[in-house]
Amino acid sequence: MVSSSSRGKASVRRTHRGEGHPARDGEESGRILSPYHRHDPKNEPGNIYPPYKSSLARGPRKPLIVLPHTLSEITGPVFGHGEIGEMDNDLTRQHAGEPLGERITVSGKVLDDNGRTVSNTLIEIWQCNAAGRYAHMVDQHPAPLDPSFSGAGRTLTDAQGNYHFTTIKPGPYPWKNHPNAWRPAHIHFSLFGTAFATRLITQMYFPGDPLFPFDPIFNSVRDPKARERMISKFDLALTRPDWSLGFRFDIVLRGREETPFENKR
Amino acid sequence: MKTRGKKTLLPPTPPQTIGPYFRIGLTAPRPLSRIAGPDTRGERLKLVCTVLDGRNAPVDDAMIEIWQANAEGKYNHPDDRQKKALDPDFIGHGRMGTNSEGICIFETVKPGRVPGPGPGNTLQAPHLEVSVFARGVLKRLATRIYFAGDPANNEDSVLALVPKARRATLLAQPIEGEPGAWRFDLHLNGKKETVFFDV
Repeated sequence: MVSSSSRGKASVRRTHRGEGHPARDGEESGRILSPYHRHDPKNEPGNIYPPYKSSLARGPRKPLIVLPHTLSEITGPVFGHGEIGEMDNDLTRQHAGEPLGERITVSGKVLDDNGRTVSNTLIEIWQCNAAGRYAHMVDQHPAPLDPSFSGAGRTLTDAQGNYHFTTIKPGPYPWKNHPNAWRPAHIHFSLFGTAFATRLITQMYFPGDPLFPFDPIFNSVRDPKARERMISKFDLALTRPDWSLGFRFDIVLRGREETPFENKR
Repeated sequence: MKTRGKKTLLPPTPPQTIGPYFRIGLTAPRPLSRIAGPDTRGERLKLVCTVLDGRNAPVDDAMIEIWQANAEGKYNHPDDRQKKALDPDFIGHGRMGTNSEGICIFETVKPGRVPGPGPGNTLQAPHLEVSVFARGVLKRLATRIYFAGDPANNEDSVLALVPKARRATLLAQPIEGEPGAWRFDLHLNGKKETVFFDV
């Protein structure tokens, strides 16, 4: 629960950031700021992908209506440090004991499609444990739960857009989509970016997973080059000697069509 | 202002479904049904949202996020440069998972009108921005909640983009006998499919 005090803090911070542009105030300001780039359908799954069975009754079938970006879409929630605990980005230290499994560091940079860093943006992750079991009531996979692993973390990107998580490499696990269906190992990522328009929920995969060709969720993105952008890269430089292996996962959110004025001042 | 038409853009990271286990990371540590605090200014709303699939069955593992302006029509975001006051007790973001009946309830205030996309000083009708995620939903679905009977709906430039026969899917309806309570049914697909936007 976000407390009223953290609401207050965030408001103060935002008010402060919004000051200093008197020339650009006014009722018409909704159309002064540049909209964000539109989605590229090649980069995304469709709303229905028949091999992923539950999309059939849950994905919309009617065409989406293109919404011009108004003030409602170019704004969005901003989160502050008051809402993040110091240890929230280390999933191996949330309990008295150490979780079982292969300790890993996942790091990367969040950029927009213009190549600008996205700083101070919230990243939330969740995942199963090393045995492939989520600490969630609905998960009935008969693999052991790990009392030392909850599988959730969050952080804010720093001023250069960088983030770091320490966690355990998640295991693959079976699911009911089709006979002998297994999900490749993955970590769920949730990002808000700078606006309602930039909201992204995705999954990060690990390089060389033999389950890739069989997974309808991974393959719901039809362009192989786009799929590659969901796969982290092993990075020896991120490896912490005698401690954890390192994987790099850079994330690109959509950016603005034109550079906002304030960045040129 | 420079145009960036010739610049090569970085290709964005593709979206993936939220899956069935998001509660451990998103709604359990940060449930946010009370969008408005005790001191928030404005007309109180209780918004009962139900998510249904194409067979009209409740979707019990959906997540709904709300983003809205305050009662004066001001977003708590640095890019809102309007000379309207922020409400110190209001951010405008809510997030909930649906229950076994496919329902989640937000307590908030009615948003004020914000500038529209067109030229001139056209204002949009009061609305909330909505994101829907669920197992089986391959990427974020974006829609809006408007309020049935609000006279401003007739001049809203976004509603005008929606074929008349489907506009009602974007209207929350007042719940009889419960002042301030509204219901909004979200049909992911099927005959009554809600209008979703390409944002």
